[in-house]
Amino acid sequence: MSEEITSERIQQHAAYDSKVEGNIIFTQVDTAINWMRKNSLWPMPMGLACCAIELMGSASSRFDIARFGAEVMRFSPRQADVMIVAGTVTYKMALAVKRVWDQMPEPKWCIAMGACASSGGMYRSYAVLQGIDNLIPVDVYVSGCPPRPEALLEGLMKLQDKIADSESGKEQFQAEKTA
Amino acid sequence: MSEKSISTLQDRFGESVLDTVEFRGEHTLVVKAADAKTILAYCRDELAFDYLVDISSLDNFGEEPRWTMVYELYTMANGANEHLRIKFDLNESEKADSVSDVWKTAAWHEREIYDMMGIEFNGLEDHRRILMWEGYPYFPLRKDFPLAGRPSEMPDVAFTDKAPLEGGPFVTSPTSASTVHREPRSREID
Repeated sequence: MSEEITSERIQQHAAYDSKVEGNIIFTQVDTAINWMRKNSLWPMPMGLACCAIELMGSASSRFDIARFGAEVMRFSPRQADVMIVAGTVTYKMALAVKRVWDQMPEPKWCIAMGACASSGGMYRSYAVLQGIDNLIPVDVYVSGCPPRPEALLEGLMKLQDKIADSESGKEQFQAEKTA
Repeated sequence: MSEKSISTLQDRFGESVLDTVEFRGEHTLVVKAADAKTILAYCRDELAFDYLVDISSLDNFGEEPRWTMVYELYTMANGANEHLRIKFDLNESEKADSVSDVWKTAAWHEREIYDMMGIEFNGLEDHRRILMWEGYPYFPLRKDFPLAGRPSEMPDVAFTDKAPLEGGPFVTSPTSASTVHREPRSREID
């Protein structure tokens, strides 16, 4: 008796599994990929000056960057998605910043945090690179000297918006075609 | 306490001590460049100045002797807490004697002076730059180096560009001329 019921159920399920109802989402590939990318941005913290203190603050419990899925701050460029350049970039350090950026795999983004990383800030001098955008492409500039953690989080949200609007699938396809 | 050290040095080195200055309890000894190392070594070995706080250099641009070396000594032995400053002048082409064999810490101070001012040291073992990279062609704290910097190109090593000076910073120089002269956007001396 019980065996009959079981086999009957299996047959029913093969035709239509009522359990998956409500668990299927129709979407575009781009949207799905972007949604996954933007909600797990692993930052590469390039802390070079006092902005790095605010960067640490944004990872602490009061501001909690983990709410945006960006809490995995490790000094590991090969696993990172977004480089947060926080601080004054001297010419001598610029080489190291460029090298770390080159080690990060595509797709990658860059946040210039604070006045120094954006434009050299108050350091108009022989030793300081006048903005990290001279060296690597920047997606989001965050103003402030240093910016508060809220400002960095706002910058991160702006980056998430930018990623959400990008054509990831198309870019990937074109990259594979040219490769 | 410092007075005793000063008079000891004057008795011991006589003509090598050119001048002594006291300002609010701080003692400065101006000495001859040739005997500076002997005097500094004597300060450490006989007068117990065991701590070399700093070495710095001045650029008297437009005057000769161009360089002034300044050594800040301190003694912490027996709770004496005594401070002594020793100065000597150098002509532009002259080298200073390294005191890195007297105080080990002097090596880094001397490298910094070489890096920033271009004063060289006799007997300094590791005569590399310390703040700027190896191969940087200028000495940026010299007074004939413009505040904005000079462009330099070292492919695969590093590069510098002139920094824009729109909006500052401002350099003040003591003069009775107008503000434009007193606080120029950038001091370009070539």
